[in-house]
Amino acid sequence: MSTALFFMRLRGILRKEFLQILRDPSSIALALVMPMVLLFIFGYGVTLDAEYIPVAVVAEDNGNGSSQLLQRFELSQNFVVTRVATMAEAEQLLNVRRVDGIIHLRENFSAKVAGGAGGQVQVIVNGVDANRARLIQGYVRTVAGKWFDVRTGEGLAMVGVPVSIAQRVWFNEEVESRNFMVPGLITLIMTLIGILLTALVVAREWERGTMEAMLVTPLRRIDILLGKIIPYYLLGMVGMGLSVAVAVLIFGVPFRGSFGALFVLSSLFMLASLGFGLLLSAAIRIQFVAAQISIVAGFLPAFFLSGLIFDLESTPAVIRIVSHIVPARYFVSISHTLFMAGDVWEVLLPDGLMLGFMAIFFITLAYRKITKRLEG
Amino acid sequence: MMDGDLLAASEKVQCDPVLEICGLHKEFVAKNKKIVHALQDVRVKAMRGRVTGLVGADGAGKTTMIRIAAGLLVPTSGSVTVLGLDSVTQTLKVQSAVGYMPQKFGLYQDLSVSENMDLYADLQGVPRAERPKRYDRLLQMTSLAAYTRRKAGALSGGMKQKLGLACALIKSPGILLLDEPTVGVDPVSRRELWKIVYELVEKDNIGVFVSTSYLDEAARCDHVVVLHQGQVLLEGAPREFMTKMRGRVFEVAAVSAKSVRRLYAELAAESGVVDVTIRSGKVRVVTEKEKQPGIGFLVPEKRAIKPVEPSFEDAFMAMIPGSGHHFRQELGGRNLADVPDGQDDAVVTTQNLQKVFGGFTAVKDLSFTVNRGEIFGLLGPNGAGKSTTFRMLCGLLPASGGKISVAGYDLHRSRARARARLGYMAQQFSLYGQLSVKENLRFFGKAYGLNNSRLEHRIRWAYDEFGLKQWQDKMAASLPGGYKQRLAMAAALLHEPDILFLDEPTSGVDPFARREFWLRINGFAQQGVTVVVTTHFMEEAEYCDRMLIMSQGETLAMGSPAKIRELACSPDNPEPTMDDAFIALADGAVNMDGGTGKKASPEEQRS
Amino acid sequence: MIVLRRILALVVKEFTLIMKDPKSRFVIIGPPLIQFFVFGYAATYDLKNVRYAVLDQSGSALSRQFLAKVEGSGVFRLTGMLHDQQQIAEYIDGEKSRLVIHIDDTFAEKVRRSVPVKIQVIADGRNPNVALIALGYLGTIVHQFNEELVHQGVVQPGSSGLLLEERAWFNGNLRSRWFIVSALGGLISMVVVMILTSLSVAREREFGTFDQLLVAPFTPAEILVGKSLPGIIFGFGDAMIFAAGAVYWFGVPFRGTIAALAVALLCFIVTMVGVGLLVSSLSMTMQQGLLGSFVFIMPAVTLSGLATPVENMPPWLQQADMINPVRYIIIALRSIFLEGADLAAVWPHIWPLMIIASLTLTLAAWMFRARSV
Repeated sequence: MSTALFFMRLRGILRKEFLQILRDPSSIALALVMPMVLLFIFGYGVTLDAEYIPVAVVAEDNGNGSSQLLQRFELSQNFVVTRVATMAEAEQLLNVRRVDGIIHLRENFSAKVAGGAGGQVQVIVNGVDANRARLIQGYVRTVAGKWFDVRTGEGLAMVGVPVSIAQRVWFNEEVESRNFMVPGLITLIMTLIGILLTALVVAREWERGTMEAMLVTPLRRIDILLGKIIPYYLLGMVGMGLSVAVAVLIFGVPFRGSFGALFVLSSLFMLASLGFGLLLSAAIRIQFVAAQISIVAGFLPAFFLSGLIFDLESTPAVIRIVSHIVPARYFVSISHTLFMAGDVWEVLLPDGLMLGFMAIFFITLAYRKITKRLEG
Repeated sequence: MMDGDLLAASEKVQCDPVLEICGLHKEFVAKNKKIVHALQDVRVKAMRGRVTGLVGADGAGKTTMIRIAAGLLVPTSGSVTVLGLDSVTQTLKVQSAVGYMPQKFGLYQDLSVSENMDLYADLQGVPRAERPKRYDRLLQMTSLAAYTRRKAGALSGGMKQKLGLACALIKSPGILLLDEPTVGVDPVSRRELWKIVYELVEKDNIGVFVSTSYLDEAARCDHVVVLHQGQVLLEGAPREFMTKMRGRVFEVAAVSAKSVRRLYAELAAESGVVDVTIRSGKVRVVTEKEKQPGIGFLVPEKRAIKPVEPSFEDAFMAMIPGSGHHFRQELGGRNLADVPDGQDDAVVTTQNLQKVFGGFTAVKDLSFTVNRGEIFGLLGPNGAGKSTTFRMLCGLLPASGGKISVAGYDLHRSRARARARLGYMAQQFSLYGQLSVKENLRFFGKAYGLNNSRLEHRIRWAYDEFGLKQWQDKMAASLPGGYKQRLAMAAALLHEPDILFLDEPTSGVDPFARREFWLRINGFAQQGVTVVVTTHFMEEAEYCDRMLIMSQGETLAMGSPAKIRELACSPDNPEPTMDDAFIALADGAVNMDGGTGKKASPEEQRS
Repeated sequence: MIVLRRILALVVKEFTLIMKDPKSRFVIIGPPLIQFFVFGYAATYDLKNVRYAVLDQSGSALSRQFLAKVEGSGVFRLTGMLHDQQQIAEYIDGEKSRLVIHIDDTFAEKVRRSVPVKIQVIADGRNPNVALIALGYLGTIVHQFNEELVHQGVVQPGSSGLLLEERAWFNGNLRSRWFIVSALGGLISMVVVMILTSLSVAREREFGTFDQLLVAPFTPAEILVGKSLPGIIFGFGDAMIFAAGAVYWFGVPFRGTIAALAVALLCFIVTMVGVGLLVSSLSMTMQQGLLGSFVFIMPAVTLSGLATPVENMPPWLQQADMINPVRYIIIALRSIFLEGADLAAVWPHIWPLMIIASLTLTLAAWMFRARSV
């Protein structure tokens, strides 16, 4: 009888939650529309892959070699070349940010190259964006190196560069930023649902007085806990599924892992986030405060301390240590591995274990914090 | 009016307690680490088959007590037994046997009426087979059967309360705990709600424990507990309280209708007077001692003094220590200006005022004038359109049609100028809570362009008039309720406006603050300030010179209180109260013939 | 005169409200400072501790010389010496290393014989940013190594047929912290301003005090000015403090003029106050206000060029981004700090801000009127 009553209570509270989610446009907006908007902004807007970099070319030499090299720069996808006559002009362009770099071929370049005397190419970049500057330098090296290799092959030059790099980037051969941003973003979306939405929903029940009426019913603490976890777990998983579908079908991000692993590991992450969200909401009864706290304690760490954009290993030790208590950190690593590398259990297992531990920890704590009294 | 029922109920007293509170103490730790004693040594019993009322001023501990009974709070010491179960150790069992309706009823606004009921039935474990019968009865009792598919958020205030009650009753509880169930509900809905409660007590023989700040409701309870500062001051049947008051309550008739308010102010300033109110066009006075001779001496023989039957309200006012003194002293030394008799220049005029929201007409074709020095009341049930009208008058909402002129300015053309002449006090406390009393006053003074010397002068006036000096450096949010209201009024009056707009100034305020407030308003009106006020307390309409009763955006009746009361006159009820008149008007039983130029159609139903 | 008195009263009130409440006082000073320092350190593309493994099949003095250069760069951290090619997959897959440097057994011989030789580098592409940047570092190291070989006479000077002479202007050591930190202050003060202003009207609406203001003889323009000034002053103050912090704490050079900095920041803060007030006048509750500013801040910051260059975005998105005020201040701040721009030089980034500010402020004033008459 008591289990029958338990299921009756659970069914009642679940039906209520689902009806509320369906009828409240802000829940739907936060759970399904916001993720899509984020996906598109990040999918298109955030990329470190530089294309069409405007560069100025100053060729003081008009020999065969230099025109061949310049042609290569012009044909390259990476550059948009503006030819100017003097260095002064080029420097002016760089100063007003019309170009990001200058490629300067000195007099007698072709002759020196042909003679094996070492043709000099001066490369000046705007170093304000250090990262981009490095990329531009790399691209110039690649273009120039290829041209030189070909000439060497044709016997036109004496020898090539003594040592060069043959690079291979595994899992992401094209070095697409999108393949990295989009899976990471799924973590952010699930955090939004698990922490922000959950904390808001519970605080709203306090504000509207429905929580007080709930408490004076034979609901047990476990009923309250399950009544919140199940609907938002499902909502989070729907958001996750939708994001994965958009990632794979629209953005063409490869998915090399198994869906089984994705399901299990994202469930663990969802539960950890939900546990954290419920823990917050057990303590905070005002929507406004709940929103602020969940942004500061949930959203921002998931953004900055998870490795989503900025590499964690390059940060100072303090920040690196703090990042270990952010669940998003583990799931960012999991989703990158699942999408690009596949089921690599050496990565997935420790991360998954941490998430499982955090899920248990937060949910237990939330369960203990849920009270049927009005006083904390 | 319910005396017959009341007697019947008290005759079948059963000695079966549903709630027993013994030696109850409750402490809270405030933010400044001070311990607040919310309840001290409380001993209360509520019996099966009876309605036990809990009355007291704001902050007396009513809500705390109900919450402890519901197992939401744990007593600091003492025992609370509900239906034979201990509320601390057997909380879950207690909670499956009580029906509880919190002050903010626990309805899910996004769910429909039947979905809300299903939810509570599931939570309370009501077997599926029993539900149809139970639902039918509850829906029939609450007359919500036609609205089962409507979302709770779309129901009117009264209907929400009834749905809240239905949800609390979903599993025929042994005891029903109600925390101020009728706050902010119009008289018709209040009456219906109480009918349901009494029906349950009679048919199902349950016990009801209800807190209320409406003293007429308390008078209908079988047993009343009076709480004062966390302690039980007195308890017993309302009748006992009332009999004790015999000979201390008088009705004083004024020479003319116009001088009622002046007489009221004079009597309030007398020593030995505990309570003064205006009821049915006469001044009702409660004295400190039986047959206080002062009355005979003070009131000229022209004015008839007649001892009357005491009400529970009289008893309550006399019971709470020191309640009558504070405002009398403040008004004592002041010379009341003469009533500017016969001065009939219009200060507020509306012509065919109309407001349409989307396809919904909130205010239809409203025309009235308010004269200088008049107190004009805007009354009506929840959703009648009185707030909309009020906001249009203050220039907070543009009118969709018609004309408004305030203090001689057309609101359409010179809003800013009209605004400089009016004072406004919003329904909820709406000053800056984090600013001190002085900072609030300074800000509003400067907002109205007072220069420094005048500002200082007016602030000093506000300190004297409202007794705010001792609070001047306190944050407004930390003031006690009554002082917040005083501050709000001081801010509205700082620039000496010609017209004062007051939106539900007395809702959620205890009877003491309410009395003080009306006395003050009365004083300002006598100094020539025009007052426009909305209220849903019908008895407060008695303080108005004239009033307008609205329903569904239309004028139901307009005129002086006496004129409105007359409408409900019948052989059965020769001296109807304002409540009776309102209910008769709202039901469409009577209507206004002429006078307003607008007739309410009887077939119009209340929302 | 009387108008000034009224506006002054409003401004004094706003200030007292903000400064009196410990919570809102903290919101203006605490989190922004913490964010500035945490993000100043965390938000960087300068790599450190990149885990790498080495498969050195050459085992020669030359290969060791090369590896010593890698180790000495301070960017990389060795996590394993591999013995065969199978191990490469193990290290990369399991995230034990992000790079594997594979030098095959012909390396030393080929170098000596001046035959072009390639060093294989396998990078983990799960984080392509790190992979690309790390490969860039390695490229630089190889470049230096080549010059060293020539210098040491291991390789004939003439045989190096192509010499790349690389120079970076404005930021010679290519430190991305300068790049991020110089713009970070503007961004954080923007968040402060947005939260302050977007909540200010909504809070008054929720507490009912807005009606009280509207009933008083204020005109919408007066309310607008009264509500804007505190945001402008606090936002501007915060931004200037962050600018000082960038220079004195993070050691970012300041090459431009203070006038340019002040004018650019002021214009930007006014613009943000306009956006905040617009959000505020549209929202009825504080929650809507908060959500509204979130909806603005997220895309505006993402597409501002702070973390990733605007130039990398698809052309249509770059066009759409012309209306993003944050984009202009980021460019302006960077050119003032790092490129030494003066007022004339940042003018192209200031006038769009002025246009956006006048639009949002007018719209906000109009919304006050429309929503609250």
